[in-house]
Amino acid sequence: MSDFTLTCPLPLQRYPDVVMAHGGGGRLMRDLIEGVFVRAFGPGEHSALHDAAELARGIGERLAFTTDAYVVRPLFFPGGSIGELAVNGTVNDLAMAGAEPLWLSAAFVLEEGLPMATLLRVVETMRDAAHATGVRIVTGDTKVVERGRCDGMYITTSGIGRVVYPHRIGPDAVRPGDAVLLSGDLARHGIAVMAAREGFEFSGQIESDCAPLAEPVLRMAEAGVDVRCMRDLTRGGLASALVEIAETARCTIAIDDEAIPVAPNVLSACELMGFDPLHVANEGRFVAFVPEEQADAALAILRQSAVSANAVRIGSVRETGTGEVILRTIGGERPVDTLSGELLPRIC
Amino acid sequence: MCLAIPGRVMSIREPEHGQSELERTGVADFGGVQKEVNLSLVPEAGVGDYVIVHVGFAISRLDEEEARQTLQYLREMEEASEGLVAAE
Amino acid sequence: MKYVEEYRRPEDVRRVAERLASITTRSWKIMEVCGGQTHAIIRFGLDQMLPPSVSLIHGPGCPVCVTPVELVDRAIAIAARPEVIFCSFGDMLRVPGSGRDLMSARAAGADVRVVFSPADAVDIARRNPDREVVFFAVGFETTAPANAAAVELARAAGLTNFSILVSHVLVPPALRAIMSSPDSAVHGFLAAGHVCTVTGYTEYENIAAEYGVPIVVTGFEPLDILQGVYMCVKQLEAGTCNVLNEYARSVKREGNRAAMALVDRVFEVVDRKWRGIGLIPASGLGLRPEYSSFDAQLRFDVGDIHVAESSICISGLVLQGVKRPTECPAFGTECTPEHPLGATMVSSEGACAAYYRYRPRPSNERTL
Repeated sequence: MSDFTLTCPLPLQRYPDVVMAHGGGGRLMRDLIEGVFVRAFGPGEHSALHDAAELARGIGERLAFTTDAYVVRPLFFPGGSIGELAVNGTVNDLAMAGAEPLWLSAAFVLEEGLPMATLLRVVETMRDAAHATGVRIVTGDTKVVERGRCDGMYITTSGIGRVVYPHRIGPDAVRPGDAVLLSGDLARHGIAVMAAREGFEFSGQIESDCAPLAEPVLRMAEAGVDVRCMRDLTRGGLASALVEIAETARCTIAIDDEAIPVAPNVLSACELMGFDPLHVANEGRFVAFVPEEQADAALAILRQSAVSANAVRIGSVRETGTGEVILRTIGGERPVDTLSGELLPRIC
Repeated sequence: MCLAIPGRVMSIREPEHGQSELERTGVADFGGVQKEVNLSLVPEAGVGDYVIVHVGFAISRLDEEEARQTLQYLREMEEASEGLVAAE
Repeated sequence: MKYVEEYRRPEDVRRVAERLASITTRSWKIMEVCGGQTHAIIRFGLDQMLPPSVSLIHGPGCPVCVTPVELVDRAIAIAARPEVIFCSFGDMLRVPGSGRDLMSARAAGADVRVVFSPADAVDIARRNPDREVVFFAVGFETTAPANAAAVELARAAGLTNFSILVSHVLVPPALRAIMSSPDSAVHGFLAAGHVCTVTGYTEYENIAAEYGVPIVVTGFEPLDILQGVYMCVKQLEAGTCNVLNEYARSVKREGNRAAMALVDRVFEVVDRKWRGIGLIPASGLGLRPEYSSFDAQLRFDVGDIHVAESSICISGLVLQGVKRPTECPAFGTECTPEHPLGATMVSSEGACAAYYRYRPRPSNERTL
């Protein structure tokens, strides 16, 4: 996270917190937009003061378009914040579609009483995250709701990207025999947020893995890897992502318990709280399905990027099967289910 | 009903004068994660010992010798069977 | 992680499985009592390593599963009160009462909080002197010392806004009830290692002698469980019925005396209803009269509770090992983990939830 310097043009002394009028559409709202959002995200050749940004691209380009809302408590947690999530999460959705992320919009719902300093910090992290990926935040919106009506702030980002893979990427492209690759270790984000929320004093702190995934995706495209399908792991963890793909693609995916990377301290935290690492949220990890013969090459490429430096192969798509995920364990095989509802800790 | 995991006692905080003896707490390391645990139920556990922790309370001190024996049982199992084979 | 990895080595576990196969000559049904054991068995696929003639029956070792419907309803009614902060372990949140569960009560506005330790609930009471804090004290003997400690800590701190809703159950009476049932088909038991860490196993020696069943106290890692099964089958093949301790690194025959003394100070043995099974005398724990001010049942008058259990749910028979989940007409159709009719489908170690994960699928050639 960058150092935040409090050289803010807004008269903070007068408005140390967000007030209803900041969403009122008048001078105060314009001050907020100009002073906070435009200043951080930069007008560039697009004016963020208009309702819509006009983006010059060629006709016939294949575009990807996505949207996501970000709701997290606490707003700041070890390794990240809602701001980074809002940028990286949408960047990653574009990347998973095989697209180079180009532009984002950012709509804010702010709670009356939110300290302005907090808003500024979040915006700074968004600016930094956008800068790190090369994506531009070009338009947005601001609303303010009464105290108590949202947890500090909610952010919705939509994103447009340029598809860089020659063929369609998705579950329907998955074929029997394909290799399943995982870009890195599991469960960090969910544990980091849970620990922050519950106030666990985990020394040897576990940080969220929140990160953009565009770089390894673009590198694989450049190298001509025939990626069939990609999915970033978010809520519901690895299990939910794979089950969704297996059910959509109507294939059976087999993964090896021993191949799945979970850092020892993260595993301990999961055991302490009674969570299954396969179901815990991640924010900077993805799975990629590639043809068997390209698995090693793809892994080598993934390992060139910092965010996927520890990429491993965790399994394959079975020759036969109609839509489940199997985990190979000590004893044999067992089915992996998606998360049933909320991730609940257990003592039993 | 038994989710309990082993942790290594790193430090102990004895109850202060006037405090209940149930306030004997400490910090235990669970494979790299450190968390406060209640140690009042295992007065025999000291720093460096491993304890089994259930819902934030240590319920036993792990006996290293017995732990070794359990792993040793495996070997004895094999030797016993070899003995059986030899006897035939 | 020390004391964990050494007991998970696949080669060691497989070797025990091989030895087990070589000594098994007859069919044996062994009941593992504890939900934690069930969880490990499912997680590591351990039952698939057993010889075909040895089968494991999942027992009632899930205090979540056996908490009476009436008590869940009472918990929900208490949680609904505006002055109450209702604290519970995560396990109980989705257990259905007569109508809803604690999670939907939370969605409807009740202040229901998940805690990882009863001591956390006491802290919440300390920090919220103007609210009533109630802790759902569910569990077997493993959790009783922690719950007793919580009550004592609250008392020592002079808190008047803390109480517990007790649903403690004891293992030995349940084993006796199972063995006394005419439909019982259990030959041996794997006793719960963490329950016995607290209580010791002298009581189990009486059960073993009375009913002629071998009992092995096991830990929860794959090697512990396979070794426990081996030690049980070895006895069955030899016709002996002793109590053996596989988990000696944590369990002593006399248990944890300090913990038992604490439990004895705060709780007394009472009759308890087990969901799906019915009343088992002297099978539960209740607060002693001198601690009645900490009893949420006495503190909150929530009126009459009208219990409505699903008439289709056969969780009681499943808990006793008399019927398999697959024999239930609602299994997998009306009753799934997403909309459970009974507690055995809610809890991740409930037998029905466990079987649901193994349900036959088109590519799955295994039979249950």
